[in-house]
Amino acid sequence: MYRYDEFDHAFVHERVAQFREQVERRLLGKLTEDEFRPLRLRNGLYLQLHAYMLRIAIPYGVLSPRQLRQLAMIGRRWDRGYGHFTTRQNLQFNWVKLVDVPDILSALAEVEMHCIQTSGNCVRNVTADPFAGAAHDELEDPRPWCEILRQWSTLHPEFSWLPRKFKIAISGAAEDRAAIAFHDIGLKIVRGPDGKNGFRVFVGGGMGRTPYVGQEIRPFLAKEHLLSYIESILRVYNLHGRRDNLNKARIKILVNQLGIDKFRADVEADWEATRKDAIDLPQDERRRIMSYFAPPNLSPRPIRDDAVDQRRITDPVFANWLKHNVRPHQVPGYASVVISLKEPGRTPGDASSDQMDFAADLAERYSRNEARVNYTQNLILPHVARSDLVSVYEELKAEGLATGNYDLLGDMICCPGLDYCNLANARSIPIAKEIAKRFEDPARQELIGPLRLNMSGCINACGHHHSGNIGILGVDKKGTELYQISLGGSPKDDAAVGTIIGPGFRAEAVPQAIDTIISTYLANRNDGEDFLATWRRVGAAPFKEALYGVA
Amino acid sequence: MPNVVTANRLLDGIVVYLAADGSWTEDIGCARLAETEEETKALEAEAAKAVAERLVVAVYPMAVVLRDGAVDPLSVRERIRAAHRTTLTKDWYDVPL
Repeated sequence: MYRYDEFDHAFVHERVAQFREQVERRLLGKLTEDEFRPLRLRNGLYLQLHAYMLRIAIPYGVLSPRQLRQLAMIGRRWDRGYGHFTTRQNLQFNWVKLVDVPDILSALAEVEMHCIQTSGNCVRNVTADPFAGAAHDELEDPRPWCEILRQWSTLHPEFSWLPRKFKIAISGAAEDRAAIAFHDIGLKIVRGPDGKNGFRVFVGGGMGRTPYVGQEIRPFLAKEHLLSYIESILRVYNLHGRRDNLNKARIKILVNQLGIDKFRADVEADWEATRKDAIDLPQDERRRIMSYFAPPNLSPRPIRDDAVDQRRITDPVFANWLKHNVRPHQVPGYASVVISLKEPGRTPGDASSDQMDFAADLAERYSRNEARVNYTQNLILPHVARSDLVSVYEELKAEGLATGNYDLLGDMICCPGLDYCNLANARSIPIAKEIAKRFEDPARQELIGPLRLNMSGCINACGHHHSGNIGILGVDKKGTELYQISLGGSPKDDAAVGTIIGPGFRAEAVPQAIDTIISTYLANRNDGEDFLATWRRVGAAPFKEALYGVA
Repeated sequence: MPNVVTANRLLDGIVVYLAADGSWTEDIGCARLAETEEETKALEAEAAKAVAERLVVAVYPMAVVLRDGAVDPLSVRERIRAAHRTTLTKDWYDVPL
């Protein structure tokens, strides 16, 4: 993974010193809250419902054991012993004290981490396929490009005051596991006409109040033009994006207002005019960054392992975990293991400091010193030898981290909601817990098959409800929490925004409504059809009838 | 409906209420109740001083009711704030939080 050079270290430490001074000035009364708020937000520090919340960037979801242990230490020393992994592959601490934040930032800087641009109207943490550099279906590792974009976008003078926040995701694999269609810019590494890899560029996707699936702005962009082309997209947005209305300020509104053709023409015109002067990435620097992402030296090993095969036959719970949480690796004899943070009864995406330490140990002993966070709020050990799978499973099981529900109904995305968040209108965590309880039986989840259930506690859609096969949105209706259900969303290559199925449900009725939807799917599905395929074939009518008694 | 004034403490962000003795308390039960508009204004003026003195931020008044002598902050949001914790109870359906 990327290691800071002297410049990076100096830069991040300077920022810490700067913020330390800003906090001091705030406490001495030299800065008012209005003056201080934008400064703290630029360092990922929010004031939430109960306390301050610190959002820590995990660039493209990659963590070393040393970093994970430092996060665990921060949780223990300055928070309440746990953190929350987010849909931006970040980590949030929910109970930090303002006076402690400079020390926390300093502890982060020691392990090459920071909170820069985890808030504010700037380019946010670039996300990626969490199996990058390991996935069997990968054309090219997207992480070096994420790192290049991270360095380029950090404190970029032209793009530090955009109309609104800006999110970029990159996938280098056949299957989209980074929800690139729901990003301001989505990049997919593809093979070009000349046999060289480049980027297929999507623009204007997003969730929130007005969800859109991103549209293709360019079918192929040669790699060497990535920065200048993205600059042109951002420049057109920066100039023409609305600043008069917060709800209409994202690039998706501009793209859809102008139409993709006009937007593309504007971008291309800017690009033609500026690309010759634009500073594209020097080859030496590109090679330097690339070298940090050299694949670990894994020699092919036997694909079959007797212990794994034996255990699979004798232990159905292990077999279930193996089927869902162990993903194919590009090197024979290896696998990527998903550590589910979705054990029924737990808050989705939360990890205790002890669990972070434990995951760090596993990464060190079994996964070549690497761990990952995915946007569906789980941890991943990317490089595990198949012959270690039984041991890894045993260790995970002892810590309650071996729930075999990756990409099944129990693997819900859930935002913090009204339990923590100042913006939320309704709670989401208790609803997720009740649904998890209702569908606790692994055999039932197995029968249902792949299903993405996403939940948000407000219209801002941090919980990606629009892209859930089943989406739940919490709203406030005259002081009562009410939950709208949408069906048919997809975050993958067949990206779609879900359709609201009818009037909302009160909290206590939501698990039964989900149950009814699932039963309707099971009653209507053809052999081998997953939820989405059945929904697309039969449409809304049977679901409406089952939920509301009318077609 | 009576009002109380709430805020977050500057140093640690914890939810607090302006108390009868002019201090800031974490216990909503100790919050000073303003029965009239004038009393609410007086509480807000006092809170503004506390903002200037950098004790608290994000101040606002909110309506409450008294039920069996206890202060009920009415909305789900304010009940969660007053509880100082997230709702981790398994029987949350039965508890009209």
